[in-house]
Amino acid sequence: MQLTAINDLVIRFANVNGTGSASANNMFAKSIFRMGLPVTPKNIFPSNIQGLPTWYEVRVSEKGYLGRRAGVDILVSVNPQSMAKDVASVRPNGYFIYDNTREIDKTLVRDDIHYIGVPMIDLCRQHFTTDPRSHQLLKNVIYVGALVALLDIEVEVVKGLIADQFRKKEKLIPINVKALELGIQYIHDHYQYPLGLRLERRNLIADSILIDGNTACGLGAIYAGATVAAWYPITPSTSVVNAFEKYAKRLRKDVETGKNKYAVVQAEDELAAIGMVVGANWNGARAFTATSGPGLSLMSEFLGLAYFAEIPLVLIDVQRTGPSTGMPTRTQQSDLTSAFYASHGDTKQILLLPATPKECFDFTADAFDLAERLQTPILIMTDLDLGMNDHLCPAFTWDENRDYDRGKVLDAEALDNIKEFARYRDVDGDGIPNRTIPGTHPTKGAYFTRGTSRDELARYTEDSEPYVRNMERLIKKWNTAKSHVPAPEFYQEADKGRQGMIFFGTSTYAALEALDLLEAAGTPMDAMRLRATPFSDEVHDFIERHDVIYVIEQNRDAQMRSILINELEIDPFKLVPILNFDGMPITAEAIVKQVERKQQRVSNGMAYN
Amino acid sequence: MSFIRPVFRHPESPKNDLGYTRQYYEGTLSTLCAGCGHDSISGAIIQACFEMNIEPHQVAKLSGIGCSSKTPAYYLGNSHGFNSVHGRMPSVTTGASLANRKLMYLGVSGDGDTASIGMGQFVHVIRRNLNMVYIVMNNGCYGLTKGQDSATADFGSINKSGVANLFQTIDLVGLALELGATFVGRSFSGDKTQLVPMIKAAMSHNGFAFIDVISPCVTFNNNVGSTKSYDYVRAHVEATSAIDLVPEKTEITTTYEEGTTKLIEMHDHSIIELHKLAEGWDPTNRHSAVERLQMSRNKGEILTGLLYVDTESKDLHELIETVPQPLNTLTKADLCPGGEMLERINGEFR
Repeated sequence: MQLTAINDLVIRFANVNGTGSASANNMFAKSIFRMGLPVTPKNIFPSNIQGLPTWYEVRVSEKGYLGRRAGVDILVSVNPQSMAKDVASVRPNGYFIYDNTREIDKTLVRDDIHYIGVPMIDLCRQHFTTDPRSHQLLKNVIYVGALVALLDIEVEVVKGLIADQFRKKEKLIPINVKALELGIQYIHDHYQYPLGLRLERRNLIADSILIDGNTACGLGAIYAGATVAAWYPITPSTSVVNAFEKYAKRLRKDVETGKNKYAVVQAEDELAAIGMVVGANWNGARAFTATSGPGLSLMSEFLGLAYFAEIPLVLIDVQRTGPSTGMPTRTQQSDLTSAFYASHGDTKQILLLPATPKECFDFTADAFDLAERLQTPILIMTDLDLGMNDHLCPAFTWDENRDYDRGKVLDAEALDNIKEFARYRDVDGDGIPNRTIPGTHPTKGAYFTRGTSRDELARYTEDSEPYVRNMERLIKKWNTAKSHVPAPEFYQEADKGRQGMIFFGTSTYAALEALDLLEAAGTPMDAMRLRATPFSDEVHDFIERHDVIYVIEQNRDAQMRSILINELEIDPFKLVPILNFDGMPITAEAIVKQVERKQQRVSNGMAYN
Repeated sequence: MSFIRPVFRHPESPKNDLGYTRQYYEGTLSTLCAGCGHDSISGAIIQACFEMNIEPHQVAKLSGIGCSSKTPAYYLGNSHGFNSVHGRMPSVTTGASLANRKLMYLGVSGDGDTASIGMGQFVHVIRRNLNMVYIVMNNGCYGLTKGQDSATADFGSINKSGVANLFQTIDLVGLALELGATFVGRSFSGDKTQLVPMIKAAMSHNGFAFIDVISPCVTFNNNVGSTKSYDYVRAHVEATSAIDLVPEKTEITTTYEEGTTKLIEMHDHSIIELHKLAEGWDPTNRHSAVERLQMSRNKGEILTGLLYVDTESKDLHELIETVPQPLNTLTKADLCPGGEMLERINGEFR
């Protein structure tokens, strides 16, 4: 028996970290993209520089499902270290492609899967006289060649990708094409091809792009006019600032002088990184930082200051598996509580919850406007899966008429025209006060920013009344924010019934697939995707209209569910947690299985939770 | 201090070149203890800004947390101020400077704020040579929390409860010199003739200018046996030289004995005049400063004065090559690459 399907498969590459497999694997995924097929690649990598096992998983789905799917149809094994585990991961009737330069260990032979040996090392030895160290890289291209033949990938597409990849090192093109052809030829000579599992060109992706969320955030910050980035390196957020700097070098140099219209500072720690961002925003520049869980903990004190002193700032939190150092190279949505309530005292923070790289781009650009409009931190809660993996998403767009919303910043003329500047007075009922930038006016608008209590004129006070007035104004501002932040997204014209599903961020792909599976099994559900806090009335109403709501998230403690219960005063029994916290992106199967288990409990006369 | 400050000012109070009186540089009334060294330093800052003809709104004053960090409210009422979080003034100032390189940044901190909780940021702001004046009001103790020893308390110094400090002290001046600070001075809050010109010189410096000012805490650390009391400091001060700062246009008229005077031209072309130089002492030589400091320490003296200056240093903006105009003045036209470029970038991901 063989697996058979067109444009519906999961393939996993088992590599050794630091052996250059990433570019060959990316080339494989990109070739599928260029054949017009929805593709979802995921890197499963160790916290290591060289030597430990690393995997790359690619799902192809003609139906356009972009979540991870459990079960491996084809495994490409180039790492003896993880071979036993890799053999075991293949679905019955699946394929195990390996280097048969050496015979495979008998204990690793299963009789329910197909073995396809390709002598990758031998082929290199026979055909390449180059430095043996280059064989490691060419070996990777050989297995791509084997897959081209086995899966019926268009060879010209792959050759085009090789040409793209070596555009700046053209003399490497022929040798890589040769390696590709060796792989193809070997399959042609020794196996029946293509397999039952194969690919066919379609036109399913329109003008989409294949990009990672961190690059999208970095580019969004460029478009939003961010000029200052201060950061401390931490996986998986590092590539946000790297991307910002890369595009800044390309797009933000003064043409005549070559000087930089941006500043990137690698700080000594996350405390300093966010301190710089606070200082720069206070002084009227758009500034941001990017971090992950441990960094968020360190930044907490400054987030409280920025909340209370009303300083705009943008923080991109690329979440990883916690607590503590946790699993630094695995994904989770587990910083929600600490981000939402960041810092001591009564604080609540505005979170944006992007689900795709396009939303990473859009929300980052929006975040700078929101931060200045609302004079408060905006935290963009992405995660490792979204940030570091390529995702198929619609092309980015930019409205040329869009202006930067600097909010209620008074310039010298405005200061001359008002009777009195009061930094912390609610001037027009939305809870948002006027603000000035240092250096604006010789005699008006200067004030003393502080984390201590103050009155409307920014004068220090320990009197209860102005303190309470100020705290209440901050809540008024919080309520104003509800109509400014991205609204939730719904997936039905009208409610289908009394059961609903809530999800956000990278749980979205799997949730949408699960909705289809549940509907096919006779359980249609209404769905709502959260895109921000504070929650608008629409969020509250959706929950009100349903008897039971499954809340899908990638953490152990159902953090978003708790925030919903807390903020909207929802009956906890109504919100049923559906969780995945093993560090791997959630799958539709996991959601369906848990939903069915919960429903089983109810039909047995038990409560959902 | 809880007295009422008279509003009356003499109508013929002297004015500086901008037409401002000294009063124009004041802030709100201090709430520190009567006799606090910090108030004298605030006074010196006011005097220095007045004499330097500084536009207050072109200054940003920043601080951390503690008694010293409250002082920015007490001077330059027309400047924006930022009383940030404990030990983090350097990072906030760094960000502010990145946003607008044209303002003058005046950071004030204390010995707790700098030598303990803020040590990390202090050493890194030195590394980056941020263009700022960094004044530590150093009293060797935590005032607001009732007089605990700080990390700059000298070994063996006796605090108000009569207990001798068991631990080694951190000498911020020595540390700054070691880390490559480009302007390092030490002074005493009770010595305005030295402190005012030193602050003026620091303000003329391009890069990180550090001044450690011994500033006795009258309430918790002014007792017999304390090495940061008024009496002790007065008895043990040893100055490297007398200091004066003259603007570029002024003709230098004073005369001193050959070999005892040194003139240093600053970035803004003003001149630091050093007189009565200590023997074998060159303030433009870091090694000489380190050595001289160690000698004084061995003798149990507190070395004050301008200890080291490097007039050629490059500040953070020069190092990272930002445009000359403040980043906070750049507009959408300067910053946003536009839709056409975005479409090209999209193409790179297909």
